[in-house]
Parts: sequence; structure tokens; C-alpha cells
Amino acid sequence: MYLNNKMLFSIHILADEEFDELCFEFGLELDEITSEKEILIREQGGEKAEGASDVVLYKIDVPANRYDLLCLEGLVRGLQVFKEKLEAPRYKRVSPADGGEPQRLVITEETASVRPHAVAAVLRNITFTQERYESFIELQEKLHQNICRKRTLVAIGTHDLDTISGPFTYTAKPPGEIRFKPLSQSREYTAAELMSLYKTDSHLRHYLHIIENEPLYPIIYDSNGIVLSMPPIINGDHSKISLNTKNIFIECTATDLTKAKITLDMVVTMFSVYCDEPFTVEEAEVVYPDGRLSVYPELAYRTETLSGDFINKRVGINESAESIAQLLTRMCLRSEVSGEGDLIQVEIPPTRADVIHACDIMEDAAIAYGFNNIVRSTPRTYTVANQLPVNKLTELLRQDLTAAGFTEALTFALCSEEDIADKLRKNITETRAVHISNPKTADFQVARTSLLPGLLKTIAANRKMPLPLKLFEISDVVLKDETKDVGARNNRRLCAVYYNKSPGFEVIHGLLDRVMQLLDVKPGRNQGYHIQASYLKIYFNDSTFFPGRCAEIFSCGKSIGHLGVLHPDVISRFELTMPCSAIDIDIEPFL
Amino acid sequence: MADNGLLESVLRLVEKVDGGTDSQDVAADLGVDHQVIVGAVKSLQALGEVISAEQKSSRHWELTGEGREIAEQGSHEARVFNAIPDEGLPQNQLMKMPSGKVGFSKAMSNKWIRLDKAHEGGPRVFKTVEAIEDTVRDKLQLVQKGQSAKLEDKEKNELKKLQCYWTVKSYWITKGSSFSTTITKQETELTPEMIASGSWKEKKFKPYNFEAMGVAPDCGHLHPLMKVRTQFRQIFLEMGFTEMPTNNFIESSFWNFDSLFQPQQHPARDQHDTFFISDPALAHEFPQDYLERVKKVHSEGGYGSQGYKYDWKIEEAQKNLLRTHTTAVSARMLYKLAQQKFTPVKYFSIDRVFRNETLDATHLAEFHQIEGVVADYGLTLGNLMGILHQFFTKLGITKLRFKPAYNPYTEPSMEVFSYHEGLKKWVEVGNSGVFRPEMLLPMGLPEGVSVIAWGLSLERPTMIKYGINNIRELVGHKVNLQMVYDSPICRLDS
Repeated sequence: MYLNNKMLFSIHILADEEFDELCFEFGLELDEITSEKEILIREQGGEKAEGASDVVLYKIDVPANRYDLLCLEGLVRGLQVFKEKLEAPRYKRVSPADGGEPQRLVITEETASVRPHAVAAVLRNITFTQERYESFIELQEKLHQNICRKRTLVAIGTHDLDTISGPFTYTAKPPGEIRFKPLSQSREYTAAELMSLYKTDSHLRHYLHIIENEPLYPIIYDSNGIVLSMPPIINGDHSKISLNTKNIFIECTATDLTKAKITLDMVVTMFSVYCDEPFTVEEAEVVYPDGRLSVYPELAYRTETLSGDFINKRVGINESAESIAQLLTRMCLRSEVSGEGDLIQVEIPPTRADVIHACDIMEDAAIAYGFNNIVRSTPRTYTVANQLPVNKLTELLRQDLTAAGFTEALTFALCSEEDIADKLRKNITETRAVHISNPKTADFQVARTSLLPGLLKTIAANRKMPLPLKLFEISDVVLKDETKDVGARNNRRLCAVYYNKSPGFEVIHGLLDRVMQLLDVKPGRNQGYHIQASYLKIYFNDSTFFPGRCAEIFSCGKSIGHLGVLHPDVISRFELTMPCSAIDIDIEPFL
Repeated sequence: MADNGLLESVLRLVEKVDGGTDSQDVAADLGVDHQVIVGAVKSLQALGEVISAEQKSSRHWELTGEGREIAEQGSHEARVFNAIPDEGLPQNQLMKMPSGKVGFSKAMSNKWIRLDKAHEGGPRVFKTVEAIEDTVRDKLQLVQKGQSAKLEDKEKNELKKLQCYWTVKSYWITKGSSFSTTITKQETELTPEMIASGSWKEKKFKPYNFEAMGVAPDCGHLHPLMKVRTQFRQIFLEMGFTEMPTNNFIESSFWNFDSLFQPQQHPARDQHDTFFISDPALAHEFPQDYLERVKKVHSEGGYGSQGYKYDWKIEEAQKNLLRTHTTAVSARMLYKLAQQKFTPVKYFSIDRVFRNETLDATHLAEFHQIEGVVADYGLTLGNLMGILHQFFTKLGITKLRFKPAYNPYTEPSMEVFSYHEGLKKWVEVGNSGVFRPEMLLPMGLPEGVSVIAWGLSLERPTMIKYGINNIRELVGHKVNLQMVYDSPICRLDS
């Protein structure tokens, strides 16, 4: 969102540095200082920018939960209140000025299966300018992307009320029975036609999936059968708003009612400023299939009572209740000292849906006080440090493996199925691998079940280095394990490879002896460690290792891993050309 | 190597002059080629401090082989002229002379000779003048005598075109600190025999070349990212923090999101941001009463909260994923802490987390998160800033400031900025906050207990520390092993 100098002036700020400070203090991101011309040059090239405005613009990013700062109107209002140049407005819901019946939106039971909720409101006697109109459209788009979760939770429709007549009906119909002229099209389409029309629309195609496979599509009609909108896809052309629109009917259909109410409150609080009677919103009635009637927008003000002491203690400051009330008021939370002790009455306006707990109020007090004005103090929490045993062992072994001449690699925990199966001459079903359901590329299909592929890939990427290459890694692999709550567990393993013109089994064997010496395990059959030929694997011919050149490693009678010369197929599948020997052991038995 | 006789002759010459001598003069005095003297100088240099020799690229002229030949026998054209008798010479015979071709055309253009093409018996060459003056030879003889200064620049250039002479690099030789006119044979290395016999006392040893690099030791190397991890662990341990068991990459949505009061519609729970697991797809075991409390605080609120007021689904919480932050483990640890009589704790972890994000030069699908957590009664925002100040001071960062931010499970949330002296601006170095009551109270932690926490990535400080711009050169199999071999030790505060 871009602010200009005029808006900065309205918060009495003249210098860029001062504005930068304010943004930091308030928690906004001042992305860059630019101009319309610069933006055009960057996005469309120099020619298009000719004649564009040089007026300085400030690009701002707002925190994801502050819907009230999503449009210029709200942001400037918020900053004005923060700088105490303006008192936060009070938003009011009013009955129709002519004393007539409020607009009514009737929900039929067919909507239940697809998009069951709807809320509505009316903005009367609004005056648009080009700027305001664009901001109005932009706010809806931002809400759609943000709180409305790309229209899945809520979809907003705004209509020129003078082109339609209530009561309005929100229903759902088979796509073939829906027919209307949508926004920016020159003729009528059936809903089914529209869905295929929008398949190629760069913007709308992202929303089609929300209703595409539903038997019934949501649709809103006026009393004459004119289509207002087919939420959450497109509005009708008939009721479209323009610069000249005076009265706006706003509907929000939703799968989440709470979010629909917040969305509606946001649209009306932000833009009622342009109504003849600013900050008033005309109510609308929504009738549910069961006959219940609700009046919207809610524009609910809620009061929380908390003590000055609570704020002081949580933030770590020492302010009077009055001064805290003043801090909160600057954050659009109108507050007063109640007179009872240091209790403060805090009014949460409908624009601050993000305030759901006293801790949110505490944060606002801290922001208004200035995070960087708070005295920094060290907590006196006394604790004794402990290392995680498996990490402690890992740290110690790493040091000694480098002392033994091996260099540490750091490889990815995610890899392709091929890496841990085909390339190692194993069947994927016997790997106990955890599979990822939504990988963007094959590199993230599974969590690794072995460190070996990563080390071999590291060698492949470093073939230009002088031989021999001696690499190791001590890290976690992931294995399915039904005894765990999530059905999988990590396993800390030590893997090392020796890559040279000769296989160097004796080097890898020597490394095993050294590791066992470091772990204080002596050679021996029972309480010690030994290796023995791994016949089983040769028999089934699925080994990663060269037949007759693979041994299983036993420590205290328990199998902890393998060592051997890699099978030539494994070597070629990892795009290597030299013989290679490797060791792979589980170090958790040594904890 | 030059023979000792020559070397000693050179040394005797050097001995005679004060302030040194030029190798060219030495060559002239000894009547040997200058190149021989250059070789002798190099041999003498190898003997240690016998002489010192400084290379000069002085503008001295010396004749090439061809130049010397001309100085002695005359220029090619003069030789041609002199070869022609009065009765003339057949052209083909003339051309067979060594100087024939070059000399013929030059003598022609000097108009010293003429060619009679129509002569019977084939083309014949005749002299046209009685005598000639061989200026080229005269000039080269001047050069040979070292009197090239008498030549004008234009003349020198003409000679250069003929490639008859060149410039030489010579040495200015002076006596060294251990000058002597006799050569003793030098030993290369000390041997056990010399030690046993004591002969080393009489021997001279060949000096070492200290300009050369040593032989690289045969050793392994730690990975730079892991070196930085070790330092961060050390800092936490120095500050009294206990390491959390983060060795569980697979986590349920419940512990990764729900327990942190992150609503089920939150964009971070989208397929585009998080890796979900297809096998094993669901977690099957939860602390049931705690799960109920989590469900309630999301859907209805409680503990002083409005809640998010939506339909919380167990199916969503059961979905397994690759943890997106180690805070999932912090949640498990805090829940565990709440199940016993409360004692203050300080926890830390440094481990892998996973994001299904778009990859670029600084982002990978997996990275290491550094996290610190403190739980105690009455912790304040000022305490969080104080502890962050201590932590970052240990990293050598003392100028900190804090910016309000948004995070679904902390309130307040603060981005940590440090002043970068190089960039002359404030840069983000981490995130921090106070865990929300909606996260802590359903766990069963006492009401007055606050939990403060902060996090940062391990990769970013490592890339800055080791000057790496592309994360793929640091993490993963595409690492440049030479970089691993060459990277210095890691001291974060210097």
C-alpha cells in the first residue's frame, strides 16, 4: 500500500526519517520510498512511465492481523489516533433514515451444503472519488486474500443499491439453472459456462475450485430475479458500482460466520467515512432458513476491565492507571480509569477484531509506551544447563571423526524415493520411509532413511577435488515407528564414505575400530563388537554393497549397522566413477 | 649449477668493489656470457646470505646472436656487396649465400648493386658503386662496446626493427651478511647421523624458502554450519539453558499448530507452506483432556479469551507433517512441564525445520532454527529484551532495538533488529515474543507463569560469518568442499 505526502502531512510528519521511525515504533514495514513514475518504470518500462507523477510515495506493509490498517483510510486514521491528532471515531449502526424497512437478505436452506452463512449492510449517501473508489476495490481484494483466505471462508459482494430492489434471496442452484451477465462481460452465461470461461482467467481461476464440484452453486437474486452475485466467484454486471454510486449494498457470504462478520465490519467502518453522515452504517436484516432474524453489521463494542498493575507487571514498566489508559486510547482502544483502585475500562471497537485477550491489550500498551523505552532487565530465573545426551555424543564424535581425517558433510533430510531405494538397490517398501504428500519436486518425496545418498551426492558434486575423498555425517534419519504418537521417529546415525582409486575397505574398517575405541567398546564377540559377513543380503541380491564385500556390525550382540565396498551399480547410479567403501551405524545404542 | 671456480671468481670480483657491482660488468670482466653470470648469481643466492643480488631492469643494450654476427662480419647487405666480384655474380648463386635474400633486397634498395635480368646465362648481379660504408655494422659495434649512448633514439629504433639487440635484466650484486670468497657445500637437512656424530656443528645448511606454503596437514574438517551450531549451543549452555529433544522431524498438526493456538484456517497450515505426510498420514495418540481444552479455547475461547470462534476439527489436528518450527517441541516440553509441580526452566534447541516454500539463493526447504525459551513466574517484556541483549552480546551484537510484529502464538511479538555497521542500517536478526495465555493455560501451567521465547535461523548468521551468498554452497550436497576445507574456526563474538 502506498501513502503520499498529503497523508503524511495529516499525521503531522514532514521528514522521511521521522516517518521511518514512526513505522518502526508502530510495527509497520516501510518497504521503500518511491513514486508512481518509478513504479511504472520498474514494472512496465520507461515509455509507459512518461508523464506519470513524480509525487513521493511510501510503500507500507502492515501486520497480518491488523485488518483495520489494510486500506489507506484505516492506516491514516490509525496513525492519526496514535499521534493524537484525531480521536478514534465511533461507528454507529442506524435504521433507514426514511423510517422505512431495512434491506433484507433471506437465506434458503439449499445454501447449507455449500456456503451456509451470509451477512449484509448498507452504506448510504457515499461520495466516491477516483482515489476512494480504487481504495474501496483494493480493500475488498486484500480482505479476500487475507481474512477471507482466498474467498474460501468469506466472499464480499458490493452493489449499487439503486439498481436493485430487495428483499434479496441467497440460495443455491444447479449450475445449469443459473444464468446472468457477469461483471465485465457483454452477454449472459450459464454458471456452467462461466466456470469454463474463467478457467483461463488469471485472477478468477484460483477461486473456481471452491464450488466447482458442488451440485449446487451459491447465488443471490434481488426481488426481480436479477443476479447480484454468484459467490465466491463473480458479481452480476447489473448491480456493479461506479464512481457515481451513492448507496451501496454489501453482502458477505461465508463458510465461517465469525470471519464474515469481521469482514463486513471492516468494509463498513473503513468506508463509512465517505457517507454524508460519516461513520454511520445502515443496518440490514438477514433471515435464516429456520426463521431466525439477525441484524448486521454487528459493529459491536466490547469492554474489558483490567488493572494498571497487570499491564505494568507484564510489560515491566511502572505507569499510573491514567497514563496507561491514555496509551491504550492512542491505539484506538478508548480507555478510562474506572475509579476503583487502578482498574481500567478498555473499549474494544469493531475495527480491532485482533484483540481477543487481555494480553493483546497489554501489547498495545507496550507499543504505545514504546518497546524501546522499556528498561531491559535480566530475569533472575536460576537453572542448571543440560545437554541432550544424543547431541552431546554427536558433538564429541564429530570432533574425533575429523581428527581421524574425515570431513563433515551436511546433507538434506528430504530426498527423492529414488535416492533411498533404486539408487541404493533397495525396494522402497522395505525402507520404512516416511512419505510426503505434497512435494513440489521429486527432491522432497521422502524423509531420508539413510545418510549414504547425501554423502554420495556430495562426492558427485565435488569430483574435481583431489582424491581420496573422506566424508562423514552424524545426523538423523526418519523411520516409521508405530509405537510413537505420530507413527515415526528420528534415528541418529553415523555414516562415512571413502572414495578413491581403490575401495579402501581397510580404511573404513579402521574407522569403525577407531569409533568403537572412542566409544570404549573392545573387539570381541559378546560384550565387545565384531563384524561378520552379511550373507542374507547377498542371497536376496538387493544389497547396496558389492557381493562378499559387506559385513554387518554387531555391538554387544546387537546389530548396529553395516560396512563394506559399495556395489558398482550404486556407484554409477550416483554418477561416480571410483570404487567406494562406506560405513553406516546407529549410534543410539551407545547413549 | 655453475662450477665452484666460476662462483669463486665472481665472489672475488664482488669482494674488490665497495657498494656492489653489476652482473654485466662481472660478465665483461670475466669474459663470459652474461647469462652464465646470471646463473652464477642464482647459485650463490641459494647458498644463503653469501651475496645479495637485486634484479634491475636497467636499460643496457646487448646484441643478440644475429647482432653479434653483423658486428663481426658486416651487415647482410654489406656481405652481399662484398661477395660480388667486378664481373658480377649469377643471381641464383648469390641467393644461396646465408645473407643472400635479406642482403640482396637491402643492397638493391641502397642502390649498391643492380640486377641484369637479360644477361646471357641467366640474371646476374653487378656492383654499382666502388665502395660502401656499412653503418649498420658501425652502430652495432658501438652497442657491443657499451657505447650505445652515442646513438640517437631514431637510430636505436632502426636497430630494434632489425631485431639486432635487446634490453637485459641484470643483477646488482653486493656482499651478503655471511660473505666469503670460498664456497662450502651446504647440507639440505639435519640427519640422525649428524646428531649422533656432532658433525652438524661444522656443516652449513641450505636456507629454507620461507616464502613457500607448507605442506597441508592430512586432516578432516568440520562443516562451517555445524561449527556455528556448536558455538550457539555453547552460548545457550553458558547461559544455563537446557537442550530440548528436537530429534523428531515428523510432528502432528496438533503440536505444530493447534497447541500453539494457531487456528486451523491459518495460511501457514496451507499445502503451499507446509509438507504434509501421506504415510504415516495421521497421529493417533494425544493427551485427551488437554486436546479437549485446546479445542475449546480455539472454538469457544476461555481463560479470558474470546477464542477464534470456529468449528475446530480433530481431523485437522491429526494430520502429520514435517515440523515447520521447533516451537512444536517447545509446546511438548511446556506441556510436560505443566504436568508436574512448576519449577522455572530455560530451554533451547537448534535443529532442522521444514517449509514447502519457493526456493531461492537464501531459502531452502529445510533450515536450522535456533530457539530459546524461558518459563518463570512474573517474566516481563523488559526481561525478554534483557535476555535477548545478553544472548546477542555473546554473538558480538550489542546495539539492539525491537519492533512490534505479529505472530499467532506470541503476544506481544517483537522483531529483533541490530545495527549493521557495514550496511549502516538496522537489520532484522530474530523474532521473539511472550507465549499467549491461550497456549499456556490449557496446558495447565499456573496463571502467573509467563513464557518468553525467541528464535532465529542458523543459516543466516553462518552465511554472513563465512561470506557465503548462495545457501546451496553451504547446505546440502552441492557444498563446495574446498570451502569446507578452508573455513576458519568460528568465534561468534569476534
